[in-house]
Amino acid sequence: MGTGSVIGGRASLVVEPRLLEHLAGGRRLAVVSATNGKTTMTRLLAEALRTMGPVASNAEGANMAAGLVAALGSAPDAPRGVLEIDERWLPPLLGDLNPEIVLLGNLSRDQLDRTQEVRKLADGWRAALDGASAAVVANADDPLVVWGAGSAASVCWVGAGSGWRADASACPACGERLRFEDPATSPGPGGAWACTGCDLARPTLDAWIDDGDVVWSDGTRIASGQALPGRANAENAALALVAARSMGADPARAAEAMGRVQEVAGRYRRTVVAGITTRLLLAKNPAGWAESLDMAIGAGRPVIAAINARIADGRDPSWLWDVPFERLRGRFVVAAGERALDLAVRLRYAEVDHATFPGTDLGACVRLAAEGCGRGADAGAVDAIGNYTAFQDWLDEVGRDG
Amino acid sequence: MAESVGIALLYPGLLGTYGDGGNAVVLERRLAWRDIAAEIVVVEPGDPVPDTCQLYLLGGGEDGPQSQAARLLDEDGGVRRGVEGGGVLFAVCAGMQIAGTTFPGPRGGRGSGLGLLDIETLRTDEPRAVGELAVEPGQALDLERLTGFENHAGRTRLLPGARPLGHVSVGVGNGSPSVSSADGADGPATEGAITEVGAGIAVGTYLHGPALARNPDLADWLLAAALGDEARGPLDEPEVVALRAERLAAVAAGRTDGVARRTWRDRLLRRS
Repeated sequence: MGTGSVIGGRASLVVEPRLLEHLAGGRRLAVVSATNGKTTMTRLLAEALRTMGPVASNAEGANMAAGLVAALGSAPDAPRGVLEIDERWLPPLLGDLNPEIVLLGNLSRDQLDRTQEVRKLADGWRAALDGASAAVVANADDPLVVWGAGSAASVCWVGAGSGWRADASACPACGERLRFEDPATSPGPGGAWACTGCDLARPTLDAWIDDGDVVWSDGTRIASGQALPGRANAENAALALVAARSMGADPARAAEAMGRVQEVAGRYRRTVVAGITTRLLLAKNPAGWAESLDMAIGAGRPVIAAINARIADGRDPSWLWDVPFERLRGRFVVAAGERALDLAVRLRYAEVDHATFPGTDLGACVRLAAEGCGRGADAGAVDAIGNYTAFQDWLDEVGRDG
Repeated sequence: MAESVGIALLYPGLLGTYGDGGNAVVLERRLAWRDIAAEIVVVEPGDPVPDTCQLYLLGGGEDGPQSQAARLLDEDGGVRRGVEGGGVLFAVCAGMQIAGTTFPGPRGGRGSGLGLLDIETLRTDEPRAVGELAVEPGQALDLERLTGFENHAGRTRLLPGARPLGHVSVGVGNGSPSVSSADGADGPATEGAITEVGAGIAVGTYLHGPALARNPDLADWLLAAALGDEARGPLDEPEVVALRAERLAAVAAGRTDGVARRTWRDRLLRRS
């Protein structure tokens, strides 16, 4: 969906403020929200539901009111819809959309100079879902999501895992400390957790990930068979598959359709730059960076990391110090983007060998990566991880349609 | 072999929303690069705060966790004993506010602070201060210009037992001089606070998050205050020099978000 349709959506809303409600009416909708992975979950769930017929969806991540109007308006005959919603916009739009399913993935710190503190976001979800008729599908391994979803009348709790606990050491209900069990001794991938001060705890799971399969408490087991890399995408796929089944999709056919997704709005795109295969990854905040570093780990290959600090990125790159860049020790990193120097200082303290490039030119970054690791074009393949506007710059450079 | 230096990172789960843990990494690495063994001791609520550390770090956080941290640290008493015994406290943003005497509590009340910094923080009707912050350090400190980012709603008044870390050249810092100076003096707003506490010292600042990453000589000043001058010494750090130059040039060119958020009153005052 292009920028033009979002502008069209915005103009339409001025003319008819109840347009979203009208466009949503009579359809079976799922709305999807999270700090990270909402575009991916939206795409996977849309593919799963397409096994049953046409689906309206804002596949490119335009996730505020105008983008939703554009998505629904461009597919007037689709009986089903999957809508990604910005986590701040979920409470005000929930009533207009009246969805059948609300799919909630994770909450973590993101762009604190311009957005709400994460606990307040969870409080906002909780207030909005209190009394709502939608069935919620939520990640039981993220305590903030459990707090945010816990007021809903019907919740399907999924043990989908969590790679980030820094925003969940204190209980969202009472502020006391949360205690996490070892995942190895506890069902579900994230391990059980409970508050030491009140009765908030991981709810009884209705579905969970087991050895790469998604398992429901009724005994159904489906191999998820995802093409997308990393732990975070296993989380995204499990949540999307559970939501798809809740909306009536055959889970085996849904998983097969989801497994054909190889990239999502440019994320995970492989492209050849300066003779070297380069994989593009998007990471916008510390939890997203931690997941992306894990995807990039294991190969000893160079990594390009690009940081901008435009309004859409957040002006304050202090969060770089919440990212475990120490995991890149032993690899060569090109610190790029408009705030390359902030990243270079972070890498110096992480004792990671690096070069800096003060921009996002992908060709220049890849050449620097190849030179820096001393193997020239034999560098084989590199991962390029960018935050929001850096990643958009790369898509402009390599072409948005792959 | 001497015991390693203890750097206590206090309640990062409550006060650590802005990369504040970076200050512990900066101090630990700078010591390690000088062959001084140091250890970061992460203290979460429920753990006793050790009173034997040489350095204590408090970070920024939201209103509720801020009040909870103040209550727990006051009940525990470890950080007070540690600083009185010669330790150094470096407290950032919400951490500075709770190290003071009082601060704005959640739901409009007043929170009672640790009283290590002789400051009080007030809720005012001024807009939230968000943007680049540049500070001329107090002359006695012999530090280079300080650079960082601020993001806070409260305004801080220095009481007689505190002196400022410096004066604001770009940004808001402690707030307009009528609030941030004990005597309401004309001139630039103050930034941060320093109070001697027994044999130790407490330092606070609105340079939030990983403030020491951009200000290595402030990091070394804290290390020297805690450990003596042998904890200082030159390091070759071209990235840090380049980053400081870039950020100070950016604020000099007016590329800050903080300035644009000043109230019309501030703008009128500035013109007169």
